[in-house]
Amino acid sequence: MDTVQKNKKLQLVLGLLFGIIFGFLLQKGGVTTYEVIINQLRLIDFTVLKIMLSAVIVTMILISVLYPAKIVKLHPKSGSIKNSIIGGLLFGIGFGTLGYCPGTVAGAVGSGNIDGLIGGVIGIIIGSGIFASVYTTLIKKRIVVIDKFSNHTFFNNMKYHPLIYTVPFAIVLGLFMFFLEAIGF
Amino acid sequence: MDFLREATWSPYLVGGLIGLLNVATLVFSDKLLGASTSYVKTSGMIAKIFNKEKVGKNEYYATKIPKIDWGWMLVFGVVIGAFISSRLSGTFNVVLVPDLWATEIADSIFLRVLVAMFGGIVMGIGARWAGGCTSGHGISGASQLSILSWIAAICFFIGGIIAAGLVFGF
Repeated sequence: MDTVQKNKKLQLVLGLLFGIIFGFLLQKGGVTTYEVIINQLRLIDFTVLKIMLSAVIVTMILISVLYPAKIVKLHPKSGSIKNSIIGGLLFGIGFGTLGYCPGTVAGAVGSGNIDGLIGGVIGIIIGSGIFASVYTTLIKKRIVVIDKFSNHTFFNNMKYHPLIYTVPFAIVLGLFMFFLEAIGF
Repeated sequence: MDFLREATWSPYLVGGLIGLLNVATLVFSDKLLGASTSYVKTSGMIAKIFNKEKVGKNEYYATKIPKIDWGWMLVFGVVIGAFISSRLSGTFNVVLVPDLWATEIADSIFLRVLVAMFGGIVMGIGARWAGGCTSGHGISGASQLSILSWIAAICFFIGGIIAAGLVFGF
């Protein structure tokens, strides 16, 4: 697998292929539609959360098997609690006004949404550029910080096999979705 | 192959398949699904056209190198995949103003694009600040049991619920 991962040209092709599958699935899930995203945020339609939590359950359980077997490496993100809260809330404001997120907006463009292209995609590129241009200042003034949770994952703090922890957690997430269905969502 | 022509699939099936895809990318590419980094790389590629030296000196672009890579191809692939899916099901439709926005807010294309652009800019800043997006933190980071990703994902929804509430009323 190492030779596959290090073949740069092959990786570009794989990236495209995985992206096509991802876009196909997002569109079939309905989350490339403005109404589905906005109605999730208005707490009317829980499609977005159902897709996300189902994906989390499957990825988490498989990682629990593959990571201890050393078949995969993990890539938890760097940052801090402070960055996650400030950045997360800013992102959320964008989420609720744009009505797409960086992945689904690409799918929205593919299914014909012009507002996703000239508003969304261009806006996200501009916003990212703004952040890059002020990044040094944000770091110097300690507005953007790195804390002890940077690159942290609970998979590295587990005393027993990961499945001992992740199976009960998956059941809790599953019960939450079952509860959503039961109350009519 | 009729199921490929269906307009929508069960969210649990779609989520489960995204989970399998996420593990496949981890095995074959040593990467997890995420979209927002590709946008900052694109911003760097565009900025390089105007001021190559400045981009070369920028500390952020030193970590997110502005070039076409796996993640960039992934996002490009999403456009194609959604196009294929929507064409197969006959739901491909050129939309300028989403129906919900048109009926509850305004028909104006200008206003919709202006608000979408505002949302996109704030989202772009927020994604870089938090270090990821709905897929990178919300799915991939959350699956890796990263505390930063769980907090970010919860904040995406808190911010989103507030913003959508302010636009459409609570």
